[in-house]
Amino acid sequence: MNTYAKLLIRLQPSGRQLLQQQQQHEQIASSLPTVFSSVRKASSGTTLEYDTPKAYKLHMLEKGPSTHVSCNREEGLEYYKKMQVVRRMEASANNMYKSKLIRGFCHLYSGQEAVCVGMKAAMDKNDSLITAYRAHGWTYMMGVSVTGILAELTGRKSGCAEGRGGSMHMYAPNFYGGNGIVGAQVPLGAGVAFAHKYRGESNVCIALYGDGAANQGQVFEAYNMAKLWSLPCIFVCENNGYGMGTSTARASANPNFYTRCEYIPGIWVDGMDVLAVREATRFARDWCTSGKGPMIMEMATYRYFGHSMSDPGTSYRTREEVQDVRKSRDPITSFREKVIEANLATDEEFKNIDNEVKKIIEDAENHAQNDPELHVDELYSHVYSMRPENFKIRGCDNFTFKEISK
Amino acid sequence: MNLSVHRLIPTISTCSSFFIRRRLAHFTFFKDQPDPAHGPTKEMNLCQTIQNALDITLKNDHTAIIFGEDVAFGGVFRCTAELRPKYGADRVFNTPLCEQGIVGFGIGAAVAGATSIAEIQFADYIFPAYDQIVNEAAKYRYRSQNLFNCGRLTIRAPWGAVGHGALYHSQSPEAQFMHTPGIKVVIPRSAIQAKGLLLSCIKDDNPCIFFEPKILYRSAKEDVPLNEYTIPLSKAQIITEGSDITLVSWGTQVHVIRVVAQMAAKENISCEVIDLRTIVPWDVDTICQSVSKTGRLLISHEAPITAGVGAEIAATVSKECFLNLEAPIERICGYDIHPIPHVFEPFYFPSKWRCLEAIKRMINF
Repeated sequence: MNTYAKLLIRLQPSGRQLLQQQQQHEQIASSLPTVFSSVRKASSGTTLEYDTPKAYKLHMLEKGPSTHVSCNREEGLEYYKKMQVVRRMEASANNMYKSKLIRGFCHLYSGQEAVCVGMKAAMDKNDSLITAYRAHGWTYMMGVSVTGILAELTGRKSGCAEGRGGSMHMYAPNFYGGNGIVGAQVPLGAGVAFAHKYRGESNVCIALYGDGAANQGQVFEAYNMAKLWSLPCIFVCENNGYGMGTSTARASANPNFYTRCEYIPGIWVDGMDVLAVREATRFARDWCTSGKGPMIMEMATYRYFGHSMSDPGTSYRTREEVQDVRKSRDPITSFREKVIEANLATDEEFKNIDNEVKKIIEDAENHAQNDPELHVDELYSHVYSMRPENFKIRGCDNFTFKEISK
Repeated sequence: MNLSVHRLIPTISTCSSFFIRRRLAHFTFFKDQPDPAHGPTKEMNLCQTIQNALDITLKNDHTAIIFGEDVAFGGVFRCTAELRPKYGADRVFNTPLCEQGIVGFGIGAAVAGATSIAEIQFADYIFPAYDQIVNEAAKYRYRSQNLFNCGRLTIRAPWGAVGHGALYHSQSPEAQFMHTPGIKVVIPRSAIQAKGLLLSCIKDDNPCIFFEPKILYRSAKEDVPLNEYTIPLSKAQIITEGSDITLVSWGTQVHVIRVVAQMAAKENISCEVIDLRTIVPWDVDTICQSVSKTGRLLISHEAPITAGVGAEIAATVSKECFLNLEAPIERICGYDIHPIPHVFEPFYFPSKWRCLEAIKRMINF
């Protein structure tokens, strides 16, 4: 935080004023590229190619990911569809929460879609991933259907954790969740990476965390272990500018999260450009799987909703800021424009995709609202593995015991 | 956090559908009357009362500092609202997201002479700081032969079930700290109690953990005295006197056992209801004297039953009052599963029905 901003804090301690002034002076969004390079029309009309000179910043690396990115028509439409599914799924979760069909906690991923779609596009199918609570987008990308996610949010048996986990505890093969205590998932990620290395697999583990969690001590413990033992772990900070309601400038002495470790190379990536994210992830993955040890990535992204459903998202940032990002840097619309400009697809085709997505979401909502809930005997299940002889779970008084069936 | 709890509607467990019941609280809040000796009062809920207590502390103790995640704008429950504009950014400030760092820093500031009031955003998040509390804060005086101590540290954390908290916003970890000598753990049941107990914790010369029942933040509205007053620590309070059975609890669950006492009275069972208030060091004398009188003891708490606070109370009372006991001591607590699975929350609670059933078992033993 610069000294001028510090001076403002002393003079005017009022929260909202302070934040507005900070934003003017610190320009939280300014470090992100607002001008996209022009899309070069490929001669054959079958690829979208362009240059992204401002999409990466490097720490301890001489060479970074290629700034020339491309995708073909198939990939373009697939990425668009996946991002749109995540966006619409989160919108559906938002609506269901407001009508009290989903209760508890719900942290929405809208705005950050390019990160999960772009990274997954570069991942191998046996790579592992672990993240914190803003997990719905990742759950979808790691193979759970929209029904599995929405039904899990409404607590139904068709949910991916049979309704027991809820928003923050969704799992899938190679996807280790879904974690409530931020920062705690990072050493776990290092451990999973160790397992890959131990078994001789050429896979990585991607451990994601946010800008708030980046200040947890255990993250640094994980960095040290990963570097010491050369683990194939990619540490990814999804920096959406705010840790709940606290901007990165007010929480971190060094808000350049990709430089946080002096002995692990880092890449800052424009997290709103799905192809740049994919390219950077490919680079990081190659680095880790070639035995060079861990890597840190910082995805500069943004979330449109508040921290969770009980946060309007406007008490610490202005509505104009959110709208501005939606207009100028939205990952989905900007990618769509690029694909259209490269003549890979038409508006009509995109509308058809949108309709398909709408159907998927509606079907999932139907299941989420009408499927049965888990039976109450499941209250006692899966506390331990392998029921020991004669061991029963005590109920809430001296006379209630339950046989554990699983 | 958005808490909308209908405090005056008691749980109707026999006839309501599952969905209606989910929106009602599992307890009825019992208002206490303020002590007239404490002067003029104002109607305040629990979070306003906490804010009032912190305001008084910052006013009278120039070394007092309050810090934690998001406390500057008022905190996620607004308990520290308006304190920063009033007392300045050097006394009320945010910390980054690092519980171990928050408590460690708080211990250091306390040892150096500041009255440190650290806020942990939810009791569920206190575990990264567990090492600091158990190995540093609790042992400071003991290991330095009283040369140093961090008695000026108070840690506050929202505690307990809230209706939709699920696994990481509903925990009651008091038992894990009861097992640590050197610290005090205090849990209030209402606004009037909270103010007196919090001020006592802050003034107390030992590191204290003050757990605030988050479900009561908005629903516990009472006429709270505006002046400064303290309530002694390690003294349990006998809320209602009785002769047949002693009921002991703390925090939100006190309101449940008060309803249970009323229900039992209809069956001519006279219950003595005690609020433990300080979990450690706990008031052994009051509880034992009560059990010597009644001969029966029921302990109830939200936390899982195995090795909960009830276990310690039961073991001590069964030794001290062995020959006075008419029936085995009962503990009606949470199940031995992780508190609290969201989708099963209404089934998890040690409800008034289970407590009443236990009372009948003891009376008919």
